[in-house]
Amino acid sequence: MRHPTARILAAALALSAVALAGPGRAADEPPAKAVEIKIDNFAFVPEELTVSIGTTVTWLNADDVPHVVRTEDKTIKSPPLDTDDTFSYTFEKKGTYSYFCSLHPKMVGKVVVQ
Amino acid sequence: MSENKRNELTGDDHDGIDRRGFLKCMAWAGAGVLYVMEGGVLKSGTVGDPSEFGRASSSKDLLFVQISDSHMGFDKPANTDVTATLQAAIDKINALPTSPAFVLHTGDISHLSKPTEFDTVDQMLKQVRTERIHYVPGEHDVLGDDGREYLDRYGKGTKGSGWYSFDAKGVHFVGLVNVANLKAGGLGNLGADQLQWLEGDLRHRSASTPIVLFAHIPLWSVYPEWGWGTEDSAQALTYLKRFGSVTVLNGHIHQIMQKVEGHVAFHTAASTAFPQPAPGTAPSPGPMKVPAEELRKLLGLASVDYIRGRQALAVIDTTLEGA
Repeated sequence: MRHPTARILAAALALSAVALAGPGRAADEPPAKAVEIKIDNFAFVPEELTVSIGTTVTWLNADDVPHVVRTEDKTIKSPPLDTDDTFSYTFEKKGTYSYFCSLHPKMVGKVVVQ
Repeated sequence: MSENKRNELTGDDHDGIDRRGFLKCMAWAGAGVLYVMEGGVLKSGTVGDPSEFGRASSSKDLLFVQISDSHMGFDKPANTDVTATLQAAIDKINALPTSPAFVLHTGDISHLSKPTEFDTVDQMLKQVRTERIHYVPGEHDVLGDDGREYLDRYGKGTKGSGWYSFDAKGVHFVGLVNVANLKAGGLGNLGADQLQWLEGDLRHRSASTPIVLFAHIPLWSVYPEWGWGTEDSAQALTYLKRFGSVTVLNGHIHQIMQKVEGHVAFHTAASTAFPQPAPGTAPSPGPMKVPAEELRKLLGLASVDYIRGRQALAVIDTTLEGA
């Protein structure tokens, strides 16, 4: 459990670091963003999301059962998220991140980072 | 009074007449319907004496019990006290006229794979009057650590992610794992290594050996839209074609469902924790909240009698009502 927790902390720290760095940013840099994906009725909502680099995405589990947010290669891997638990990940690289719930693999989603 | 559903499943026909043509699935409505197949002929009627439950008494007969989906740690509105309902299931088992030879737990022992959740179930199941308890993992038992916690506790003598086989009173039991390394967009999965092992495990057994396969996710396509099936179960079933009597016991879907296909009888057990909706009747397969007085009618356990000589496996579902 230590590892995923560390990841969440790291993501949280990264988010606060970005927030703190905010005022000092060059004027032409886009502001850091935070976006939420809701897990509801065994689905990721929205299922597909396009964000800019540096965006922190937070998954919120609104279901009565636990879910896991994971990419096939485990680049992103949340701990089990019980009801109302959240998991955040900051996307630092361009690309398409296809992910799924490793408990209920029929649940799939995608984050496109531009 | 408990509601019993009885389903007697028959394998080889010793009189040389192939009666498989008589086998068909019978739809039932409500509780108390008797579902019997004897000598390959389907019979039905209403349940009479519930004391028939667990009637194997000859030393040659075998009685065992299946429980499933105890989800220790779950505390949402669908059932805020899963400990009490597991206890009710244990009391039902201990009230059987004959103690079961063993208990099969078909997975989702815990809700979140937490050591404390496994500890609670282990402590509680020590009360069960039986020789031993055999487990297979559900996806909730292998969270976070690739199943290490599960294997440390229950995996002694098993292969791979926890599969194994054993024999009891002439019946060959195979515990399969279809919750490991699930792939995006997919269903339950056995994987090439396990399939290869299964083929080898069955190869030298006589076709008259009754086989019981048990695994968490159904090994038949119950409702793929909700992930209720196993990708490569058809491959596994090809190894079972030559056997006269095959019974497949699963959990995962938190409701009783059954199907007979040729010589293979599929059966899913109720959960001891919370019910889930019938396929396609809700937006998602999430826990189903029912009126408090209805809950125990939808939870339960399965008792299985194997009566030697008749080559019959009788699956009897009992709800937790009245416990």
